[in-house]
Amino acid sequence: MNLDFTVDEQRFREEVRDWLQDNAPRDPQPLEGAEKRAYDVAWQRKQFDAGWAGINWPKAFGGCGMSTTQQLIWHEEYAKANAPDVGSCFVGLNHGGPTLIARGSEAHQAFHLPKILRGETIWCQGFSEPSSGSDLASLRTRGVLDGDHLVVNGQKIWTSYAHVADYQELLVRTDPDVKKHKGITWIICDMSLPGVEVRPIRTMSGERHFCEVFYDDVRIPLDNVVGEINGGWSVAMSTLSFERGTAFMSRQIALARKVEELIELARKTPKGAMGRMAIDDDEIARKLARLRANVAALQAMTYAAISRNERTGMPGPEGSMIKLSFADLSQDLQRIAAEILGPSMLEYEYGDTGWTHDYLRSYLASIGGGTSEIQKEIIADRVLGMPKGR
Amino acid sequence: MDFDLSEEQNMLQDTVRRFFETEAPTTRLLEIYDGDELLDRELWNRSAELGLAGLLVEEQYGGVGLELLDLAVVADAMGYTAAPGPLLGHALTTLALTLGGSEEQKTQWLPKLASGELIGSVAFAEQGDAWQPDQWTLTVSENRVSGTKKNVLFPSDADLFLVGIEGGRMALVERSAEGVSTQEWDGVDRTRRIGGLSLDRAPCELLTGDSSIAERVRDAALILLAADAYGGAHKSVELTVDYTSQRVQFGRTLSHFQGVKHQIADAAAEVEPARALVWYAAYAFDHRPEEAPRLAAIAKAHLTERYVDASRTMVMLHGGIGYTWEFHCQFWLKRAMFDRSYFGSPSVHRERAAVLAGW
Ligand SMILES: Cc1cc2nc3c(=O)[nH]c(=O)nc-3n(C[C@H](O)[C@H](O)[C@H](O)COP(=O)(O)OP(=O)(O)OC[C@H]3O[C@@H](n4cnc5c(N)ncnc54)[C@H](O)[C@@H]3O)c2cc1C
Repeated sequence: MNLDFTVDEQRFREEVRDWLQDNAPRDPQPLEGAEKRAYDVAWQRKQFDAGWAGINWPKAFGGCGMSTTQQLIWHEEYAKANAPDVGSCFVGLNHGGPTLIARGSEAHQAFHLPKILRGETIWCQGFSEPSSGSDLASLRTRGVLDGDHLVVNGQKIWTSYAHVADYQELLVRTDPDVKKHKGITWIICDMSLPGVEVRPIRTMSGERHFCEVFYDDVRIPLDNVVGEINGGWSVAMSTLSFERGTAFMSRQIALARKVEELIELARKTPKGAMGRMAIDDDEIARKLARLRANVAALQAMTYAAISRNERTGMPGPEGSMIKLSFADLSQDLQRIAAEILGPSMLEYEYGDTGWTHDYLRSYLASIGGGTSEIQKEIIADRVLGMPKGR
Repeated sequence: MDFDLSEEQNMLQDTVRRFFETEAPTTRLLEIYDGDELLDRELWNRSAELGLAGLLVEEQYGGVGLELLDLAVVADAMGYTAAPGPLLGHALTTLALTLGGSEEQKTQWLPKLASGELIGSVAFAEQGDAWQPDQWTLTVSENRVSGTKKNVLFPSDADLFLVGIEGGRMALVERSAEGVSTQEWDGVDRTRRIGGLSLDRAPCELLTGDSSIAERVRDAALILLAADAYGGAHKSVELTVDYTSQRVQFGRTLSHFQGVKHQIADAAAEVEPARALVWYAAYAFDHRPEEAPRLAAIAKAHLTERYVDASRTMVMLHGGIGYTWEFHCQFWLKRAMFDRSYFGSPSVHRERAAVLAGW
């Protein structure tokens, strides 16, 4: 173990800091739709032009190939500079791209990876269906072989950013007669193909974040299959464990930053009797202290897991622990925020950002990308080796 | 001793539940959430025909002359149905007049409030988490009042405001009077619109009662919010049981999974015992006034927090659909956020309860 930064790393930090300070967009990130896409891709393009695109992607695929420590530094400075959330570029940079790097053909890689890095294409993830959420492997959207095409019929739901996306990582059932995990194929779906229909769904915080996607005889070339036909489950799992692993670093650093913001907020928000601030309330002070400790512990665990991944190559199942803990802590943060904010929560206007909006969105971490209950099942069977209950 | 609701109270609760389930079903709630309309006056008029507007008003002034416990039963039913409307502020205005109005004031205002012809609303909150009578700062001189109030229910639709004044006094201000302006905010819970009230040398009439009346009104507010929270929390648990009994994953309904069942059982075990707290606080308000302030504070702090937790569990156990605008979970979740914050956060009232207990 060695926790010191080298001189080179410190120099790297200064370089990152200067660049982010000068270049991170200052105007607020739009909440939805074409404006959000435009904002997100412009920022991605700017990072690309300066050589900062794909910080966790290998150099051979056009990324920065940063070491773990460098990524850590990058994310820390990114949070400090208040740079925007990756937004609609998330799936491309953190799922689609990495999956193509791990499992795609050379043609897939050559065509898609540069476009993702340059912010030219937005990806979305078409996994969940109305009847297949937690039980993802039961998915029913059909893909039928017809010459050199797969003909797709069915429906996906909760697909974030589908209404602004160019491509989708799509899971379809290609063999209904085998065990459910065995008959699934992972295919790249071009969202502009005839027969694809997207209908946005509003979230309870008011924005059109996710969508229903309908497929009516959509003909997708077989060349778009990633991995083998009927071998899609393992491809999907490599993507999911990516999400539950390294891609989490930035969100955790953002969480740690939020904790500090909340402490600041507690210092300046009046509470109860005249002249007292929320932080003067022992109960709130103690909760904040505990939250800060838990977030620090989570970060330490993440860094340890990342160092281990660096040696072994693949994110392990402890990613589920990290995701679960992150979801719980995000909610703790919001609970304490609600306590501190008191009546100003009432005054929320739909379309606002800020703490109340974050409060409503804090559910996202416990549902999106696999629910907390499902993470617990995975921890029990895969990390702790207990019998499988489902 | 009989620690249970009377036959009449159970009937009242059923009637009010059925009324709002029919007149303001979740499809209607969604319209309200989607639209810009402020008050559903039609619904208000019909609920007034049912007697809700004058529940606490004595019969000689055209009301029903019931006690706070009865109104708490109504609030519980309205929480259960996430009923939209201004009844909370209205009922508190009638209570303040009943307890602290002069004969003349009562004769002038109560009949019209009891019939629902006029809508009352309380304007207590000021900048910061300042809701309590001893935190009010507005002053009255020559029967005129200036200053601003926050979080006023349905400010553009109310006809009469009960304004909190320095020293725990209360004054009546008509919305149509000169120097009165209101601002509508969006607000997280669109079934109970809130906004601001600005007064610039607006004519006002002080109630005769002193600050002890304002404290009674505050205690009633806390009890009614706690009752609303109980009703909403209870409904949240019911909705979760219903949904998880129908939704199939892994070849069976979610209600088969222990990880699901235990969460719902936990929520129920937190919510149900708390119901008696509300009744007891309301009963004390009516019959043991010396105990009421502390019990009201405890009930408000405890119930509104249970409601937030129960509604969060509900959203979570619904998965993606629970997070949407169209589906009904959001109505109860946002109502829980309102009940928790309105009239002061749980921590504020816990601290008050500790002080009232002499700690
Ligand atoms: C904001 C948001 C964005 C999303 N974005 C995407 C996206 O881009 N692409 C995509 O494909 N999907 C997306 N999703 C969908 C998400 O992955 C699913 O919502 C999630 O997997 C849960 O599925 P479900 O909604 O069908 O809930 P269900 O599976 O019906 O679950 C309902 C509840 O039951 C619990 N439960 C289920 N089974 C068990 C069990 N065996 N034991 C204990 N508890 C259980 C769950 O934990 C949950 O609390 C998104 C969801 C949200 C909320």
